[in-house]
Amino acid sequence: MAEDVLILGNKRFSSRLFTGTGKFASKTLIAPMLAASGSQMITVALRRVDPTADQGNILAHIPETVTLLPNTSGARTADEAVRIARIARAAGCGDFIKIEVITDMQYLMPDNHETLKACRILAKEGFVVLPYVMPDITVTQQLYDAGAAAVMPLGSPIGSNRGLEMRAMIQRIIEVSKLPVVVDAGIGRPSQAAEAMEMGADAVLVNTAIATSEDPCLAGKAFSLAVMAGRMAFLASLAGTRKGATASSPLTGFLRE
Amino acid sequence: MRINLNGSPVETTSRSLSDLVAEQGLNPLSLIVEYNYEVVKQASWGEIHIKDNDTIELLNFVGGG
Amino acid sequence: MPFTDLVKEFETFAFKDYFEAVRPGDVQKTLDRVDARTPLGRQDLLTLLSPAAKNFMEVMAQKAQQITRQYFGRTIGLYAPLYISDFCSNHCTYCGFNTSTGFKRTQLSLEEIEREASAIFAMGIRHILVLTGEAPDKTPLSYLTAAMKILKKYFPSIGLEMFPMDEDAYAALTAAGADSLTVYQEVYDRKIYGEVHPRGRKADYEYRLLTPERGARAGFRAVNIGTLFGLGDPMGEAFIAGVHAKYLEQAFPHVEVSLSLPRMTKAAGGIAPKNLLSDKGFVQCMLAWRLFMPRLGITISTRESAPFRDRLVHLGATRFSAGSRTDVGGYVVHTQDTTVQFEVTDTRSVEAVTRMIQESGYQPVFKDWEMF
Repeated sequence: MAEDVLILGNKRFSSRLFTGTGKFASKTLIAPMLAASGSQMITVALRRVDPTADQGNILAHIPETVTLLPNTSGARTADEAVRIARIARAAGCGDFIKIEVITDMQYLMPDNHETLKACRILAKEGFVVLPYVMPDITVTQQLYDAGAAAVMPLGSPIGSNRGLEMRAMIQRIIEVSKLPVVVDAGIGRPSQAAEAMEMGADAVLVNTAIATSEDPCLAGKAFSLAVMAGRMAFLASLAGTRKGATASSPLTGFLRE
Repeated sequence: MRINLNGSPVETTSRSLSDLVAEQGLNPLSLIVEYNYEVVKQASWGEIHIKDNDTIELLNFVGGG
Repeated sequence: MPFTDLVKEFETFAFKDYFEAVRPGDVQKTLDRVDARTPLGRQDLLTLLSPAAKNFMEVMAQKAQQITRQYFGRTIGLYAPLYISDFCSNHCTYCGFNTSTGFKRTQLSLEEIEREASAIFAMGIRHILVLTGEAPDKTPLSYLTAAMKILKKYFPSIGLEMFPMDEDAYAALTAAGADSLTVYQEVYDRKIYGEVHPRGRKADYEYRLLTPERGARAGFRAVNIGTLFGLGDPMGEAFIAGVHAKYLEQAFPHVEVSLSLPRMTKAAGGIAPKNLLSDKGFVQCMLAWRLFMPRLGITISTRESAPFRDRLVHLGATRFSAGSRTDVGGYVVHTQDTTVQFEVTDTRSVEAVTRMIQESGYQPVFKDWEMF
C-alpha cells in the first residue's frame, strides 16, 4: 500500500487521530498520551487568565513535533472567533485554527452561519481553517468555497460519547465533500472511531473519551489502533454481510443473449 | 486610571503592561497580553504605557477540545 | 479532480483484460456490499459490467427493483420530445441530421412552436424536451429564449437537448424557464470521438465533455447524460458514463443526475457491429448503474420497442418518453415530408403507455414539479 497521509495546510499527517487537551486530570498526562497514541495534532483553548487557578503552561506539555490546533471555544459570533484566532497566531501557535462558534449552551451545537463567516475571513488571512459544524452539505460546499482546509462535522453532542448519531448526514458529506472530513465530537469508543473511518472519514478528533478514561495512554493507543483499522478497512473496500440469494428469474427471464 | 481589563472596569495605578502583570500577581511565562486588540510580545510590555479607557486582555492557553 | 483528468486516467485502462478477469466471487462481493448498504465504488461498477456479472442478472434485477422503489416509489415520469429545428452543421458520421445528408431542413417559427406545444399539451404531457440540431446561426439565443417563454405557458418543466453552449447562454435559458439539460457525450473514447466527429464545432471533445458541468453551474436543476451505444466498446462506455454521472452527483448536490441509453440498432456509417448493444447488455448497464447510484434517474426513449419498454418499468427505469415525434413539426405543423432523427419503435400513444404503466403496478407521473 502506498503511503497514506492526510495533508492539511502544508503539513502531512500520518496519524488520522487528532486529540485534545481538555478535561485531563493532570496536564502531565498529555505528553505520554500523545506518545502512546501517535497523534500528531492536538487542540488547545485560549482563556482569560484566572489568577486563582494553576497557571502552568499547557503548551509546555506538548512536544514540538505535534501540531497545535487552537480552538475558538468561547466565541459566540464570527467576530469573536476571528479575534481569538488572531490572538492565538500572534501568540506563536501557528496557522492552524479550529473554528468553534457556539451559542447553544445546552447541547453546545455549533452555529454554522457564524462559523462560515469566520472561515471566510480567516482563510483570507492565511489560516489553515478547520471549522467545527453541524453536518450540512450546503455548508460543506460553502466552506470549501470559503477556503477551509477541512470540514469537521459533529458525530453527536460534544462530550456525550454517543458516537455517530449523525451517521447518515456524515455519510452524505463524505460522498460530496471536496474537503477532508474530520469527524469531531461525540466519539466515545474506539469502535465508533473505527466506524467513522470505515465510512470514509479522513480523520477523527477525540478528546473527552481519552482524557476522562482511567488510563488516557491506553485509551489513546486504543483509539489510534481503531482509527488505523477503520482506515485500512475503508481503503480495502470490505464486502458487506451476505444475505440470501434468489434462484428464479421473473424479471430477467425474457432476455436472450 | 480606569481601564477595561478582561471585560470588566478596573482601577489601576500600573503605568505599563509589565506593571499591570505584576500588580495582578500573574506568572508572565505563559501569559498573552492583548492591548487594545493587538497582541503585544512580552519583550515590549515595559514600553506600552497604559492610558485611561484602554482595553486589555490577559489570556493564557488552557486545555480544550 | 476535474472530470477531464478522470477521463484521461481511464484512457489507458485495459477494459477488456479487466472485464475478463472478473470472477463470480468478485460479483458476489459487490452484491454483498449492496445488501450491506455500503456505497459502491468504481471497481464495483466495473465488476457489475463484466461478463461474469451476466450470470447474476436476476439477483441484480431484484436488488435494482427494490432500490428503485425505495428511492423513487413505483413511478414512471413521462415526457415528450419537441424538435424545433433540424438545421445542423455537424458531421457526425452516424446521424440522420448530419450536414451532408441532403434533406430539406426545417425550423419552426414561434407561432408553429406554440401550435406544437398546444398539441403536446392536449396529449396530457406536461414535461417537455426541446431539441435542435447544432446550427447556432439558425437558432440564436434570442430565438431559443423566446421559445422558452412560449413553452413555459404550457409546461411546468422544460428540458433542452441542443448543442453545447457556454455558461452565460445556459443561464439565459434557465432564466427564461428551462430547467433540465440533456447532453450526450456520444462516445467517451477520445479516439473514436475524433473519428466520428471529424470537423466543426463538435470536434472539440473536451468542450462537450464539460457541458453538463457548465449547465449545472448555470442553474439547471436536472442534468441527463449518456453515451450513444454502438460507437465505442459498450461496457467501457457504460463505465465512464456511470463515473461521469457519479462525478456530477457529487460535484453538484443540487442537480438531479440521469443517464440515458440511446443505442444504435443496426450497423451503419462505419459502425463496428461488435459494438452494438444487445438487450441483455442494455439491461445489464441499467442494473449496474442503478446499484452504483441509487438516486440516479434512468431515461428510456421510444427508440426502444414497446415489449422491451414494458419490461424496463420493473428494472430501474424512472422516465419514459411517450407519443413521441422525432421530426420537426411532427405533431401537427408538418405531418409529412420531414426527416426523423431516429425511428420511433414504440409508437403507442401517451394514453396507451399510461395504461401499460398502470397495469404494471406503477403510477405515471405527468407533472413532477413546477418552478415558481
